[in-house]
Amino acid sequence: MTDLAAPKTTVAITIDGRSVEAKPGELLINACEQSGSFVPHFCYHPRMSAVGMCRQCIVEVEGPRGKALVVSCMTPVAEGQVVSTTSEPAKRAQEGVLELLLANHPLDCPVCDKGGECPLQDQAFSHGPGESRYVEEKRHYEKPIPISDLVFLDRERCILCDRCTRFASEVAGDPLISFTSRGNDTQVMTFPDEPFSSYFSGNTVQICPVGALTASPYRFKARPWDLEQVESTCTTCSVGCRTVVQSSRDELVRYQGVDIESVNWGWLCDRGRFNFESVNSKNRVHAPLVRTNGELVDATWSSALDAAGRILRTVINDKGPDAVAIIGGARGSNEDAFAWAKLADALGITARDSQLGDGLPAEVFALPQATIAEVCTARTVVLLAPDLKEELPILYLRLRDAAEKRQTRIIEVSSRASGMADYAWKSLRHEPGDQPRVVSELLASPDVAAQLALGNVAVVVGRGNLAESPEFSLLAVGAVLGARPDARVLPVVRRGNVRGAVTAGLTPQTADTDTNTDTNAILTAAAAGKVECLILLGADPLIDVPDADLARRAFASVKHVIAVDTFVTESSRHAEVLLPAAAYGEKIGTTTNCEGRISDVAQKITTAGTARPDWMIAAELAMELGVDLGYSSYGEVHAAMTTAIAAFAPAAEARAVRHEGVVVAHPAPVRITAAASSAAPRLTHQFRLLVSRVLYDLAVSTSQSPSLAPLAREAAVHLHSSDALRLGARAGSDLRVAANGSAIVLPLVIDDAVSRGVAFVPFNQHGNDIRVLIRHDAPVTDVVIEII
Amino acid sequence: MSVPTGPKIITSRFDIADGHTYSGYVRTGGYQSLRKAVGTMTPQQVHDEVKAAEIQGRGGAGFPAGTKWGFLPADVHPRYLVINGDESEPGTYKDRMLMELDPHQLIEGILLACYSLNAAQAFLYVRGEMAVAQERLAQALNEAYANNMVGKNICGSQFSVDITLTWGAGAYIVGEETALIESLEGERGMPRLKPPFFPAVKGLYMQPTIVNNVETLANLPYIVAQGGSDFKSHGAATSTGMRMFAISGHVNKPGVFEVPNGVTTFRMLFEASEYCGGVRDGGSVKAFIPGGASAMWFFPEHLDMALDKPTVDKAGSMLGSGAIVVMDQTTDMVAACWRIVRFFARESCGKCTPCREGTTWLERVLKRMLDGHGRAEDIDLLFEISESISPGIAWPPRQTTICPLGPSAVSPIASAVRRFRPEFEHYIEHGRPIDGVLSPFATHLVTRV
Repeated sequence: MTDLAAPKTTVAITIDGRSVEAKPGELLINACEQSGSFVPHFCYHPRMSAVGMCRQCIVEVEGPRGKALVVSCMTPVAEGQVVSTTSEPAKRAQEGVLELLLANHPLDCPVCDKGGECPLQDQAFSHGPGESRYVEEKRHYEKPIPISDLVFLDRERCILCDRCTRFASEVAGDPLISFTSRGNDTQVMTFPDEPFSSYFSGNTVQICPVGALTASPYRFKARPWDLEQVESTCTTCSVGCRTVVQSSRDELVRYQGVDIESVNWGWLCDRGRFNFESVNSKNRVHAPLVRTNGELVDATWSSALDAAGRILRTVINDKGPDAVAIIGGARGSNEDAFAWAKLADALGITARDSQLGDGLPAEVFALPQATIAEVCTARTVVLLAPDLKEELPILYLRLRDAAEKRQTRIIEVSSRASGMADYAWKSLRHEPGDQPRVVSELLASPDVAAQLALGNVAVVVGRGNLAESPEFSLLAVGAVLGARPDARVLPVVRRGNVRGAVTAGLTPQTADTDTNTDTNAILTAAAAGKVECLILLGADPLIDVPDADLARRAFASVKHVIAVDTFVTESSRHAEVLLPAAAYGEKIGTTTNCEGRISDVAQKITTAGTARPDWMIAAELAMELGVDLGYSSYGEVHAAMTTAIAAFAPAAEARAVRHEGVVVAHPAPVRITAAASSAAPRLTHQFRLLVSRVLYDLAVSTSQSPSLAPLAREAAVHLHSSDALRLGARAGSDLRVAANGSAIVLPLVIDDAVSRGVAFVPFNQHGNDIRVLIRHDAPVTDVVIEII
Repeated sequence: MSVPTGPKIITSRFDIADGHTYSGYVRTGGYQSLRKAVGTMTPQQVHDEVKAAEIQGRGGAGFPAGTKWGFLPADVHPRYLVINGDESEPGTYKDRMLMELDPHQLIEGILLACYSLNAAQAFLYVRGEMAVAQERLAQALNEAYANNMVGKNICGSQFSVDITLTWGAGAYIVGEETALIESLEGERGMPRLKPPFFPAVKGLYMQPTIVNNVETLANLPYIVAQGGSDFKSHGAATSTGMRMFAISGHVNKPGVFEVPNGVTTFRMLFEASEYCGGVRDGGSVKAFIPGGASAMWFFPEHLDMALDKPTVDKAGSMLGSGAIVVMDQTTDMVAACWRIVRFFARESCGKCTPCREGTTWLERVLKRMLDGHGRAEDIDLLFEISESISPGIAWPPRQTTICPLGPSAVSPIASAVRRFRPEFEHYIEHGRPIDGVLSPFATHLVTRV
């Protein structure tokens, strides 16, 4: 209805005798809840479209045409409405619906995971008729049945509220579960031979209003009344979703999404949701390990710190602080990174990098920044990023929502159609090394120019290809900024706290390219014998650095490795001293997400064994070396950090970093890049390599989580079907992929999302490692692929 | 018995052997109205005639078709005409006869409606089980296309329409117009919520859509040929024209009859030799359903009531789609009630709780009674469950459900239990029907006891 008068800002209604000012267009159920009158409901969820299916939220409304029972989740507020949520007719209707919902619901609450936190149970008490008159046989189904690797479905408990099915199709864009049959036989089901393998399946478990959906990592692990919980921030990737961390008997048992407007809207990806299992892993390093007679053996903290101190003292005395380098720090808190940066400052160590040659140059953080909310309300979003669905899943959900339901138009320029391609206004392919040219041409096209002229442009930039220099994406960003100087940039990096670590000082300390000390430079120097001691802060360069050969040569040459880690990894197993670090949930701190938002991470359980937070290890190692950093408690290091670094000052107050957290500006070095605008064309018989991450890989948090570990796939090379045809290869054929004098064999996956002439290999999967073909100093990687 | 008479408006070809073919149709004056409309009338003039005819929709709700057409917003295109041929109310079979015996008349009616509505696309949705109707409609449509009655530049004019045939997949609820639209779009046949999805504004593919019943449109050739005022001159002022009623049950000659609307009485229909020729075996009417299984039942005191929409509405039931079911004095009312409730329980789409759970619960309580396991409290329970589906158990029904299917299951219970409570109590007490009624479960019961 078009109202020609100025739009009203409030609607005056009466709810249970109270005068309430509601927002125009607001749903009655929301207005009731806001005003303090809870209306029972099951299908309604504030983050999904209302469907009015459970009929539980019936209230009585008196309007111009008299009193009527209406479903409050489908009725918008209207001026003058008099609403009663508890009138006799409303209560009768609510009790009636609840009795009907319970008719076929099994009374297995004592063995149901949901019991104790179950909306059906709770509302049966608060709004139900007290007892059931249903004496007939209830519906029976096989229970429960697995509908994916992670989720089980109990159709007897299901009340058919459409929440999970709506989430799957509407929010996740994975319509893999649906209603089948009809009437009283209606049930939620997957399609034949197609499991509910959504990256977001855990959310359906969280929003299920009964115990119909359960997730294997939590099934029968705890009772809700035994749970302790604390709100925290997920640090699995750099989106920084808000969570509650729940434990029972001092063991993590579950993460649940918390709805904050600015970031995750209550959703979590399955990787972030279920990787708490890795914290509980028996494989954790529980005590310091010191290499004795060639073996890593348990040691006391004092002897381990003594050993580490001795190494550092010797190297610095003999070769100076430039012979020591620090890699890592992006998996810990801001305070952890700050303490290690302070230690490095005190010792004069300038070679430090929290990214592992797989991220973005820090100057991208100096560009005018956009928040996630700003990106999702932009008119145009230029996506120069990795597949967000694989790397930053909740940012994908938010952007998908913006493109599907709001006005945002997405322009994707990538080497492979990402999960976002279906929702993009334009989705263009480029060969690795050619992104700046494609973007420049795109900007010149009239329709794109007209779209950009609407203003409010955001650029999401990340490392889309580990076998390609990130400079190309920076040039492409530069081209967009040239066309729209007011465009803002959201830099996306995968590791949780890259931005915090960079701001805290774990980043190359010089902008001079000749004395560059990024991870590739550190490893190059190490391979040349110039670095004698490598300190690894939760970093695994042998697995994560794209140039595997470089990492291998560096580790072969370096004399000493000191590792701070939660697990013995491929890299930390080379350590002389391995200091056990406290994991997520075991330490308090703050973290910084990709938008620069600082929010708190909470401690819920005691640390595994004698593991300690990274900042404490830094402080104690400093003492060992005769330096007093002055931190003996978390409060002290946090205070020192917020005093010393202006960007962290807004985080000084504990209140500021709770819940939504606080977005701060992060200063960053500005460096002029002078790379060629496009890489030289590849030879026609070659393929240009695209290596990027997928959600489930061999990262420790995944591989040490029993529920997630099986989800990593076999390494494979993905080619467009026409390229496969040209090679005469069929799906599954073994192909020899060769470059730079090395070759590996990978099975073929035919994948038309991949651009022609591009070979896509997912990073860090089981099987042969593509990284042996990558050279960090080559702008792109061209490979020869032959059928065996 | 003398009965009011009128012209055969839409059943005129029912006795013509080739009335369903193009040649038979044209020979008997078919497609003349279409030629007249596209040749000499404006779309508005066609609309005016339909309005003047005051024809009430024949699908069940009885809403005036001309008024409904007026709800279409101007200048929003594309717009669609959807023809509801998903006739599936128990006892209803008039649309099936129209589609089987005179498909071209329906096609001509569709074309006239499209011409008036400025719609270039119509979707004819035919119930999945109606194999003969589907075959004949498909054949008729092919003939109509071949003779340039459908398609581009119909009869050499600027008027072009395509008619698409769609077969249902066996769900009663798809007779509800928004569920039919969902089904046409390839979704599960579940009703949409009104508001916001009023078909005239947001219908098929979210475009303005008019959904009309088969019988309604079959009247259009006559209305255009003879004029709206001629149509209105038949029947009663409150229920114009001739109307089809499908009578089934305990009468000697069940069938479909076209009778003057609003003036014929139930008694005439049941007893006149032109129509049903009396109750079977010389028996008497114990109860009858005046307008489809979802209607409240009528009893002998209603026999002399005219088949007039306002009169029947006022008496607390409806004429609906014109499906009348007669039950004689031998009818087991508990079994009859259960049989109808079972239909609605089976046809519930499952979308909303009160209908999905409530109708099934009602059915099971009734079945338990029939099986001899009724409890004294079950009669109150039936009303309590009904109250949760349709607060107040009144007519017209209120509903806690999304669509009227749930309350439909309440009507037989409210009617039968209120009128024949002793029959229910007898079942509860003795596990069998009262003496003198024939239960379909009698033998079954004997073996059980």
